Amino acid sequence: MSDTPASLPDAVERPEPKPASRGGFSGLLQRSEVARGYTLISPTLLFLTIGIVIPFIILITMSLWTAQGFGFDTTPTFKNYEAVYNQPLYGALLGRSLWISSLATIATVVLSYPMAYYVAFHVHRNKMMWIVLMTLPFWTSYLLRVFAWKVVLGYEGVINSALMSMDLIEQPLEFLLYSPNAVIITLAHAWAAFAILPLYVSLEKIDRSLLEAATDLGDGPVARFFRVTFPLSLPGVIAASLLIFIPTTGDYITPALLGGPDGMMIGNLIQLQFGPVNNWPMGATLAIVLMLCIAAIAAIFMITTKIVKDRIL
Amino acid sequence: MSNKSYINRPNRPLQIYAILFLVFLYAPVMFLPLFSFNDSIYVRFPLNEFTFKWYGELFHREPVWNALMNSVKVGVATAICATGLGVFAAKAITRYRMPGKAPMVGFVMLPLVVPVIIFGVALLVLLSQLGIPLSLYTVTIGHMIICLPFSIATLLPRFEGFDGSIEEASADLGENAWWTFWRVTFPMVFPGILASLLLTFTISFDEFIMAFFLTGTEPTLPMYIWGQLRFPQEFPSILALASMIIAASFVIVFLGQWVNRDAAFAAAKKGD
Repeated sequence: MSDTPASLPDAVERPEPKPASRGGFSGLLQRSEVARGYTLISPTLLFLTIGIVIPFIILITMSLWTAQGFGFDTTPTFKNYEAVYNQPLYGALLGRSLWISSLATIATVVLSYPMAYYVAFHVHRNKMMWIVLMTLPFWTSYLLRVFAWKVVLGYEGVINSALMSMDLIEQPLEFLLYSPNAVIITLAHAWAAFAILPLYVSLEKIDRSLLEAATDLGDGPVARFFRVTFPLSLPGVIAASLLIFIPTTGDYITPALLGGPDGMMIGNLIQLQFGPVNNWPMGATLAIVLMLCIAAIAAIFMITTKIVKDRIL
Repeated sequence: MSNKSYINRPNRPLQIYAILFLVFLYAPVMFLPLFSFNDSIYVRFPLNEFTFKWYGELFHREPVWNALMNSVKVGVATAICATGLGVFAAKAITRYRMPGKAPMVGFVMLPLVVPVIIFGVALLVLLSQLGIPLSLYTVTIGHMIICLPFSIATLLPRFEGFDGSIEEASADLGENAWWTFWRVTFPMVFPGILASLLLTFTISFDEFIMAFFLTGTEPTLPMYIWGQLRFPQEFPSILALASMIIAASFVIVFLGQWVNRDAAFAAAKKGD
C-alpha cells in the first residue's frame, strides 16, 4: 500500500460508494452521510442536553421564584434581580470577582508568554517533554494545589517559618495569606497550563520565513517581536485570556481557602445561598447574573481585539 | 538551518526564565510530600525528624478507604462513559460533513470554559426538582459533563491523524460498519482511547466543585479532604494523603500523555 494515499492526483477520484441495497431505517443510515454523523454524535448531544440545557432552563425559572421558609414561592417575579441590582454587597462581590480574575488573567498570560515563546522557538529536541512538564500539574487535583499554596503562604507556613528561622523577620508576614493577593497568586499558578497551550500553539504556527523577512528588511530582535511575532500570536493571547478569565470568575475554592474576608468572591456567595443561607432562588439568580457578566465581558473583549487587530493589520 | 539560526539562537535569559517558571510551577506542590515526612503536627520550618507515621496512620482509617473506593467507582464509571460518548462524537466530528457542526462542537466544548460552579448548581436544582436523591450516580453525571470536552479533545487528533480511506477500504472489502469499527478504527485510535480513559479518570478522581454540590451521604476523596481541612491536627495526615494522590495523578496523566504523544504533538504542531 502506498504511504501517502492522500497525495494521489485529484483526477483519480474515488468512486462514490454505492448506496447499500438495504431498505428501512438501517438503509437510510447507510445512505446518508449526514444522518450517520448525527446518529454518532446524538448520544453526546442528548446527554449534554439533559446535563446542561435542561438544568439551565430550570435554573432560570428558579431565579424568578422567591424563597419562603424551606420551600419556594413559585410566582414569577424579578425581585431577586432587583435585589442584586440594589444591594451594594452583590455588586461589590461581583466587581471584586471580575477584578481579581482580570488581574490573575493578566498575570498568568504575561508570565506564561515567555515560557511558551521559549518552547516554541528555542526548544528543538524533546518539545513534547516540555509541554507535558508544563501541563502536568494542571491535571492534578485543583483542591490540593490550592491546599499546597495554603501550606506555602500560611501564617506559620513555608515562607514565614523559613524567613523566621533564618532570622530575617521577627513576626510572620500577615499579608501573605487571607488576602486578594494570595488568591491572585494561586489562580495564576493553577491556570498556567490554560495559558501556555494556546500561546504555544499560536507561536508554533508562525511562519518562520516572516521573521527572516523582517530581519532581512532591517528589523532588530525587539522590533521584529513587536511587529511580527506578537501580532501573529494575538489569537493565542485572546484564547488564553478568555480560557482563564471565564472559569476563574466563578472559582470558590481558592477564595474560600486563601481569600479571607477581603478575598471572598461571587462563587462563595453562590455556594452560601445553596448551603447555609438556603436561598436557592437567590443563588440561581447570582449564577445567571455571573453568566451574563462573563458573556458580556467576553463579547466586549473579542470585539475590541477585533477592532484593534483590523487597525493594526 | 544556518540561515534560521539567528532567529533561533540560544537565548540565555529566556532559558533561565523557563527553568524558574518550572520551579515556580512545581515547588508549591512539592512542599506537600516534604512536610508529610516531617515528624511534627505543625507545617513549618525547621524540619524535624523523618517519619512514615502519617502514612501509616492513614492505612487504619476507615473513612479514607471508603472515600477512596467511592472516588475510584465514580472515576472508572466517568472515564468509561465519557470516553464512550467521546469516541462516537469524535468520529462524527472528523468523518462526516454535518450542517451545524461548528455550533455543536462549541456546545460540546462549553464545559471547558463555563465556571464549574454554574453547572454544579444547575444540576443540583434539576435533581432536586425531579426529586432525585444525591448519590455517587449524580456525581458521576456531573463529572461526565466536565470530562466530555477533554475526552473529545484527546480523541480528535487521533481520528484526524489516520486516513479515512482505510475505513472505506474495509467497507469496500465487505466488512460491515460494526466490524470496520472493531478491526480498523478501534486499533488505530486505541492510544487515544487509552489516553482519554486515563485523563478523564484523573479529572474525575481529583474533581471537587461538582462533587461538592452533587455528593450525597458518601463522600469522594476530595470531599473527605475538604472536610478534614477544618481540623489543624489533621494537617499532617492530609499532607500524606495529598502527596499520594498527587503522585498517583502525575503517574496516570504522564502515562496518558505518553501513550498518545504522537497524536497530541501532531495536533499542537498543526495548530488545532
